[in-house]
Amino acid sequence: MTRSIVTPTKPTNPVMKLAGKALEDVDERYHPAGGLRRQLNKVFPTHWSFLLGEIAIYSFIVLLLSGTYLALFFDPSMAEVQYNGTFDNLRGVFMSRAYESALNISFDVRGGLFVRQLHHWAANLFMAAMTVHMLRVFFTGAFRKPRETNWVLGVLLLVLGGLEGFTGYSLPDDLLSGTGIRAAMSGGVLATPVIGTWLHWLIFGGEFPGDIIIPRFYTVHILLVPALILGLIAVHVGLVWYQKHTQFPGVRRKETNVVGVRILPVFALKAGGFFAVVVGVLALVAGLFQINPIWNFGPYSPAQVSAGSQPDWYMAWTDGLLRLWPDWEINFGHRYLIPAVFFPLGAMMTIIGVVLVYPFLERRLTKDSAHHNLLQRPRDVPVRTGLGAMAMAFFVVAIISCGNDIIADKFNISLNAMTWAGRIGILIIPPLVYYIAYRMCLGLQRADREVLEHGVETGIIKRLPHGEFIEVHQPLAGVDSHGHPHELAYQGAPVPKKMNKLGSAGRPVPGSLYRPDPSEESVALDAARAEQHAADEAQEVPGEQHPQLPVD
Amino acid sequence: MTEPTKGEHGAVEVPDEQRLAEMSRDELTELGMKLDGVEMIEYHDPWPVKGTRAEKRAERTVAFWFIVAALAAVAFIVVFIAWPWQYQKPGDQGLYSLYTPLLGVTLGLTVLGLGFGVLIYVRKFVPHEVAVQDRHDGKSGEVDRQTILAELFDAGNRTTIARRSMIKRSAIAAGSIMGLGLVVFPLGGLIKNPWSKSLPPEDTLAHTGWYQSPANPERVFLRKDTGDPHEVALVRPSDMDAGGLQTVFPFRESERGNPEALQAALQRIDNPVMLIRFRPGDAAKVIKRQGQEDFNYGDYYAYTKICSHLGCPVSLYEQQTNRFLCPCHQSQFNALMYCKPIFGPAARALAQLPIKVDEATGYFYAVHDFIEPVGPGYWERGA
Repeated sequence: MTRSIVTPTKPTNPVMKLAGKALEDVDERYHPAGGLRRQLNKVFPTHWSFLLGEIAIYSFIVLLLSGTYLALFFDPSMAEVQYNGTFDNLRGVFMSRAYESALNISFDVRGGLFVRQLHHWAANLFMAAMTVHMLRVFFTGAFRKPRETNWVLGVLLLVLGGLEGFTGYSLPDDLLSGTGIRAAMSGGVLATPVIGTWLHWLIFGGEFPGDIIIPRFYTVHILLVPALILGLIAVHVGLVWYQKHTQFPGVRRKETNVVGVRILPVFALKAGGFFAVVVGVLALVAGLFQINPIWNFGPYSPAQVSAGSQPDWYMAWTDGLLRLWPDWEINFGHRYLIPAVFFPLGAMMTIIGVVLVYPFLERRLTKDSAHHNLLQRPRDVPVRTGLGAMAMAFFVVAIISCGNDIIADKFNISLNAMTWAGRIGILIIPPLVYYIAYRMCLGLQRADREVLEHGVETGIIKRLPHGEFIEVHQPLAGVDSHGHPHELAYQGAPVPKKMNKLGSAGRPVPGSLYRPDPSEESVALDAARAEQHAADEAQEVPGEQHPQLPVD
Repeated sequence: MTEPTKGEHGAVEVPDEQRLAEMSRDELTELGMKLDGVEMIEYHDPWPVKGTRAEKRAERTVAFWFIVAALAAVAFIVVFIAWPWQYQKPGDQGLYSLYTPLLGVTLGLTVLGLGFGVLIYVRKFVPHEVAVQDRHDGKSGEVDRQTILAELFDAGNRTTIARRSMIKRSAIAAGSIMGLGLVVFPLGGLIKNPWSKSLPPEDTLAHTGWYQSPANPERVFLRKDTGDPHEVALVRPSDMDAGGLQTVFPFRESERGNPEALQAALQRIDNPVMLIRFRPGDAAKVIKRQGQEDFNYGDYYAYTKICSHLGCPVSLYEQQTNRFLCPCHQSQFNALMYCKPIFGPAARALAQLPIKVDEATGYFYAVHDFIEPVGPGYWERGA
């Protein structure tokens, strides 16, 4: 119910009159009034974890803007030039025009280095936000029917994001990026059974490196993949909009409704503010923390490599797998060869494939084909949570193994020991993590049930007259005639575990840092707010029960 | 408007124009929400008591962040334009070293201030709302489903396409073949035959820049990279100490004075070769590969620098153990045993280049190309 905001019926101030006139004009031509109202009245559930995907979009916007700016100065040519720019250490060195122009952006364009770093940091944040967003969607079961398609689109976005990142950091044609193209792209493609060499010639136009790969990567990086990502984001967000966002179980929240805030004003304002925060943090990080100092690497040369050559973090797991796979190749009568490289890369493709079809797999295995708009708490789905934790453990071992040379160096461990630790770890740790996660879920479930049955532990030990000690519990819903707490059913929502969650810690006195507010003002505000709440309670239909949620 | 309009919530009575004109804004807002199936549970004035100190403080907090944003924006523009931004040598950088960090701090603070201001404004002043909207999930209404099906089938029947199988089949044929054409079209330009006879042998995976064509049996010498790609520096046995290692590239006398060819020889992926001179004690321990017994020149051995795993240059030579380590994926090769892989993902030995010393000049030269492909494995490579 709308109430208590007293507003005049007709606008009186000139700005509003003008705005009213403008809306009138637009409506006469395009009559958006009804549709617009419906969209602005859309209710969006609120939870901090729903912002993770937004961070990805905001960093993508930063990527588009900063990338467009960089493209004004970057020249993706592999023509050989002699550097004669501002950076002394490389003067006289022969390099590709691409590398030279990337150096020029760093040294000769005012603020160019800042934009380069902003672009690179935004790419890292884009991938990180997508990854964490994906984990959120996975562990809360948001991908279940009817949202399987959006899961698939999300996985594709993540893969495309990785490709975009890889082509992006390959463009400067410095020693590190050239090594990356050589190992990951050229060597990896060659390892494809049967068509590998043809594929390599298709991509590189000949033997590595040829003279076309950087221009091709450039087209892929600034046109093809961004267009695909943009299109997929549009569909992805469009589907969220159309199907309405999922929500966590809680007061009033049912499978059949959405509880939250309308797009206007709260959601739009918050999203705008949050956009600014993401951009602001990116700007701070981009200014303060150096990333990819290409001038220290020198131009690419096939005869050179620097120790500690690692890809960006989101590609690290693939490189880690390449390091761990032993020297196992398949030879067909000395005529044909499946190189060792193929197996980790094949595993990578398989993993992406399994992730892609996970919603359908889970639906098949659990035989759960129901419509789901309410999210699950990870503890309530121990098998899925265990699988997710297992997958994460796998990736963590792979990522650590990608840095095994650096870890070996910094901690004085044998390099071979690091490799062996990774080889054994990647087999043993994930199942172990599955078991631990599974047991943790069960433990957490029991802890929830205990509170619902007995109440919250108060930490008070009471001694009864006959000497027995009992722990005092605060029941969550009153007691029966025998003084036993009413048992509550678990409804998939968080359960308070500490007295402070029930408000026993009180709250701070309102005021500034130096002085409290006048107590009569604070009291009056509290009273008025309590009255607002009381009015709400009265509004609710008497006798209406909050829905009982199905307990999985 | 006399007919009741259907909101998402079902039938909501819509007032006539006269009643509409009389309605207050609150009533209109409520009506709009009702039409869209939104029920407002909580929608509170955050400051039900006017003019409290808490409210004024909240107002000042929001304004504070906007002012921070404005000041930081001024600072950003000033820094961007007036701060010394031109690159200075290390040791002489002074204010320049702060240019990029200052851009980040000022721009970051501007945008953050704006964001904080908006977010705090929402928290403090925008009515806290709890709205509930119905979902309309699952199937469409029966009417919609039946009618659209009928229309689709009607379209199929009326156009008679449903029963004209000849037209259907030919259309499908046209569509799919044209689709194939659309695949062939872009691929056509991209596909190249890696084994084409027209490719010079050194441009295939089977051979390297050390390849000597039978037609031009010009001697291929071992050349150092001095840092100047146009300088020719050949290698004599006496140039190297025992236990020494050098990266060498192919050189032909016909390339002398041709800067492009000299430069290209250093850039070809399969050219880099590691020339090692073992210490006499180690040289005695060397196990040679079958069929490659005469590839070395005394204590001098030449192996490709290109790793057989993924083609990185195998750059780390551990003199004490005579091992090579590839820094990319940590494959290790035993130099004393024809560079056989002994740890890591590489499965094949580093190819050995047969070398000799030119009688006339005393410089090293390659007898012929590697006898096996260099670098990462591929399907047609065989073992």
